Amino acid sequence: MKSNPVFRTTTKILFAPIILYGLYVQFHGDFGPGGGFQAGVIIAAAFILYGIVFGLKDVKKVAPPGIVAVLMAVGVMIYGGVGVASLILGGAYLNYSVLAHDMAHGQHYGILLVELGVGVTVTSVMLGLYYAFAGFNGAGRGDDG
Amino acid sequence: MTVLLINIFLVSMMVVIAVLVLRTRRLFAAIVMAGAYSLISAAMFVNLDAVDVAFTEAAVGAGISTVLLLAAMARLPAEEKEGRVQVALPLLICLIAGGMLVVAVFSLPPFGAPDAVVHLHVAPRYLAESNDVLHIPNVVTTVLASYRGFDTLGETIVIFAAGLGVLLLLAGRTRDAAEDDRREEEGE
Repeated sequence: MKSNPVFRTTTKILFAPIILYGLYVQFHGDFGPGGGFQAGVIIAAAFILYGIVFGLKDVKKVAPPGIVAVLMAVGVMIYGGVGVASLILGGAYLNYSVLAHDMAHGQHYGILLVELGVGVTVTSVMLGLYYAFAGFNGAGRGDDG
Repeated sequence: MTVLLINIFLVSMMVVIAVLVLRTRRLFAAIVMAGAYSLISAAMFVNLDAVDVAFTEAAVGAGISTVLLLAAMARLPAEEKEGRVQVALPLLICLIAGGMLVVAVFSLPPFGAPDAVVHLHVAPRYLAESNDVLHIPNVVTTVLASYRGFDTLGETIVIFAAGLGVLLLLAGRTRDAAEDDRREEEGE
């Protein structure tokens, strides 16, 4: 599909807005529909679109599989880390109220952070799944995503 | 009334697509139609005011799943094998299970009833607190990330574990393949 100018141009134009929309869904989850799960899938979709049009080799340059695999764990660690932080600050595990000077702010920070953790994990797992399925059968057959 | 009509239209479209998916032997057509099925069910969730669920259904069901299935299909023959299919027992099981579900529907409270049991336990507190005390208008987010934070942590770990499992199964090199590569390099 790399040779088709319509696909190429459309992907180049849409790539950044899709990620921007994903970030909007991620950080606007408190006020509108959305949150980490949906945002993660949307951001991963941008990379997958890039991979479908430009090939697996190129998208692996943009988002290296090694980093993607590490980020899968980082997201869970962010989420779990918020729980540990609230333990250290004297609350129960994942009780965000102690994260700031008052309860409402603490809840805002906590929700923002755990949603970030969810988003990071979902993005990288979706991308990792795509890499695994599209690149299945060895390193040499990478370009036919 | 409009909502009901739209829902009937959407459900009948879903039934039509489901039958088409069952009848086609071309895997590509089946996958694309399954994506359309997801998109229609997402539209139905919007109609039922479950925007967050619709969002997820559209992104995961219609988007990523379709792409993953297509990527997996690239490794398979394009047509499903003609095989002897047993009909009697699966049909019986489907009819019994479906009949039980239909019976269960009649004992459900009406859709959106405020006095349903599930809305009387902790839900009133969540609804009252989320906007007024925590200033977070989207109660879904508050329940998901705060009140039910442990569940969501578990879900995130499930996703992580699933990704890890697939990576280990598909992306990992087998010991033999790695050994072959090493030999080739040494041979050169």
